[in-house]
Amino acid sequence: MVTPTPPLATEISQFLIARGRWSLIEIVFWIVAFATIYFLPDHYLILTDIVIWALFALSIDLILGFAGVITLGHAAFFGVGAYAAGLMAKHGIIVEPILALVASGLIAAVFGFFTSFLVLRGSDLTRLMVTLGIALVLREIANRFSNITGGADGLQGVTIAPVLGLFSFDLWGQTAYVYSLIVLFVLFALARRIVRSPFGLALLAIKGNPLRAAAIGIGVNWRLVAIYTVAAAYAGIAGALLTQTTAFASLEGFSFERSADGLLILIIGGTGYLYGGIVGALLFKYMQDWLADITPQYWQFWIGLVLVLIVLIGRERIGSWLDPIRRLFDRVGNWRPRKEGQLGMSPGDGGQKP
Amino acid sequence: MTLVLETRALEKRFGGIVAANEVSLRLKKGARHALIGPNGAGKTTVINLLTGVLRPSSGEILLDGKNITGVEPHDRVRLGMARTFQINQLFGDLTPLETLGLAISERRGSGWHWWRTVGSRGGVVDEIGELLDRFRLVDVMQERTAILPYGKQRLLEIALAFACRPRVLLLDEPAAGVPDAERQEILATIATLPTDVTVLLIEHDMDIVFTFADRISVLVNGEMLVEGTPDEVSHDPRVKAVYLGESLDA
Amino acid sequence: MLTILFDGIAYGMLLFVLACGLAVTLGLMNFVNLAHGSFAMAGGYAALVIVNNLGMPFAVGLIGAFVFAALLGAVLERTLYVHVYGKSHLEQVLFTIGLVFMSVAAVDYLMGSQQQFIQIPAALQGQIQVAGVGMSKYRLMIITICGVLTVVLQLMLMGSRFGSQLRAAVDDQRVARGLGINVGAVFGITFAVGSGLAGLGGALGAEILGLDPIFPLKYMIYFLIVVTLGGTSSITAPFMASILLGIADVAGKYYVPKLGAFVIYTIMIVVLILRPQGLFARGRTR
Repeated sequence: MVTPTPPLATEISQFLIARGRWSLIEIVFWIVAFATIYFLPDHYLILTDIVIWALFALSIDLILGFAGVITLGHAAFFGVGAYAAGLMAKHGIIVEPILALVASGLIAAVFGFFTSFLVLRGSDLTRLMVTLGIALVLREIANRFSNITGGADGLQGVTIAPVLGLFSFDLWGQTAYVYSLIVLFVLFALARRIVRSPFGLALLAIKGNPLRAAAIGIGVNWRLVAIYTVAAAYAGIAGALLTQTTAFASLEGFSFERSADGLLILIIGGTGYLYGGIVGALLFKYMQDWLADITPQYWQFWIGLVLVLIVLIGRERIGSWLDPIRRLFDRVGNWRPRKEGQLGMSPGDGGQKP
Repeated sequence: MTLVLETRALEKRFGGIVAANEVSLRLKKGARHALIGPNGAGKTTVINLLTGVLRPSSGEILLDGKNITGVEPHDRVRLGMARTFQINQLFGDLTPLETLGLAISERRGSGWHWWRTVGSRGGVVDEIGELLDRFRLVDVMQERTAILPYGKQRLLEIALAFACRPRVLLLDEPAAGVPDAERQEILATIATLPTDVTVLLIEHDMDIVFTFADRISVLVNGEMLVEGTPDEVSHDPRVKAVYLGESLDA
Repeated sequence: MLTILFDGIAYGMLLFVLACGLAVTLGLMNFVNLAHGSFAMAGGYAALVIVNNLGMPFAVGLIGAFVFAALLGAVLERTLYVHVYGKSHLEQVLFTIGLVFMSVAAVDYLMGSQQQFIQIPAALQGQIQVAGVGMSKYRLMIITICGVLTVVLQLMLMGSRFGSQLRAAVDDQRVARGLGINVGAVFGITFAVGSGLAGLGGALGAEILGLDPIFPLKYMIYFLIVVTLGGTSSITAPFMASILLGIADVAGKYYVPKLGAFVIYTIMIVVLILRPQGLFARGRTR
């Protein structure tokens, strides 16, 4: 057996360790993010909104960007988390917000686990159908059992206790923002860990070539179940955050619009490098503000137009505009400089080609 | 002499088409067994049946005497069976380093370890380096697989199967499409396999077959025509007839 | 009970006319057109304008709905859709969702957001007694028109040259091209006709399904269910799937009002668990 010359083993080792390490840019990014607490007090409300969307988009990235599963109904888990947190607060089941948050995430995870088996089988179209259908079913359930959920009016009378018993949710939204940002950071760090692990690498392999993944001993289905469950938990926590920061939960949490917007945010920001959800949420909110000034009522038209343009122009070309950003965060994703002509985004994270 | 890999009356039907009919293979430990036959004979179907990608219509597959006919493909790998694909099946966005690292981590049981970094377990790094070195992939180890030249991809394809440290290795035309110069590399590497690894090789190139194999099975239209030593097979009139004048020892 | 059956069949046939274009599009080009409902809506509103605003007869409204939607489909197909055929399913989904959002907002802006109704001629109002059972005249008309359409479609598909070309292209596009069939033209025509039929369905269905800007979103899932259950290799299978769905939905809403809508979704999920390729679809070589 040939033993590798020490420099090679060292080089490999160094690369693998560096692969997992946070880059300077990432550290700077998060420092700036937390600095906004002090520098942008007037924007707490919109920043909290961005954080929640970012977390939701991150949850979609986990399954779409890293496992290649297309979903049109991820809001199902967002809604579950939202109502779980709302009901827990309203009926005093779990009063402390952080505990309620975790519990909501777990409940959403259970839903994710059981629905994951439906999503495993079948083609892209089947997956679309199933994910869409599940979100609709849950929305219907929430609608029908209006004596519990408040139905179309939403869940009323929710009061959120102070975080850790110390920090009450104030009118300016500072507690809400700090709370949300910390949650986002913790969950992000966790996701980053997962994605850079052997488990995460296996997911990328499954996304790229499920046949070969199985041929090297990876049990594809159970890995997908696992990541789908985690993604559901993340979405549920995002939903719970929304409820806790607004003291309100509504059917909108389950809506198709939420699923579609979450997908759009992720696509704008880029899949497969975890920061796409955050970048996308920032861009999305900026776009929304700008467009709302032009036509406040029909801004859905512009969103639709953006989607159409993104596809027509090509995700790859747009992805290349974002290359500078992706390059900064390339430790997390599998971004590598493309050689002549090949641009930006990872191919293959859009399901099968016809 | 124990049989490592055995099939009994293996059959696969697709509607009215019989892709494999009463296929019986018996491989002893350390065998160097070649499976040859004209195009469309069903050789890849046999490999797909052996690895579990296809379910047989009837018949059994035994690994070390244990019936694995109902075992999932990925579990068969864990039991020690690995294969290469005739057309490269690689992970386009991963680098050779990551690809091999993945297979090695899986084999070593880290597949679910979501909290580790890849390669943090001792020995993985050494194994990666050793394979990269053996397959001359060191200079491209950090490139995206999708942009590698075909020859390198083919080497990675085979290296990936080696990374699983199989006891039974199924090679589906390993030298297919590879330029002459690199063929020798591939063959030389296959020759370095430990003698206790059992190998089933599908090949069209008769040079390779006769250099490599100690037994040959000839598959025609899904059926096993002949099985025997290279000498027996090359002199069998039926085989000559099937290949219609194609010289077997050119 | 017979009324439910009758209503269910009417509803199902309506669904079929609405969804058959989607089934063919999916089968032919493997293209997921979530905006199919927008063409239905376009037809519905066209009929609305023709009948309510321009005072033309109902029949003219129906024809106008078909023509308008078909033209819209033809134009959009040649200008926009054609660029998206080769893209991944995710991109097709994003693209068509984008179109849906645009159409919903545009219609909201142009026509207002309340549900509107097309004025039905007096001849179609009320019920008639058939074998002692009261049947809504309107629904009877729906069954008749949709039934005739289905037969015509089936005849065209099986009996005409275009139909053979279409079936060939659905079965295997590459081979069809190799035989000299102009798959692009086949698809263009099919898309236009499918959209036209959707438009007609939208107009016919305004009375039963309601006509408002969020129509494409509300009924997207129904069309998808029809296509998923019925598969894309024939007309008869989606037809039967639609009828079944129609009856199940009407019966469900009648017998178990609290859970009415669930019946549909649950059926879909159950079928997809048991047979991911659809209830009636035969195995495809693809």
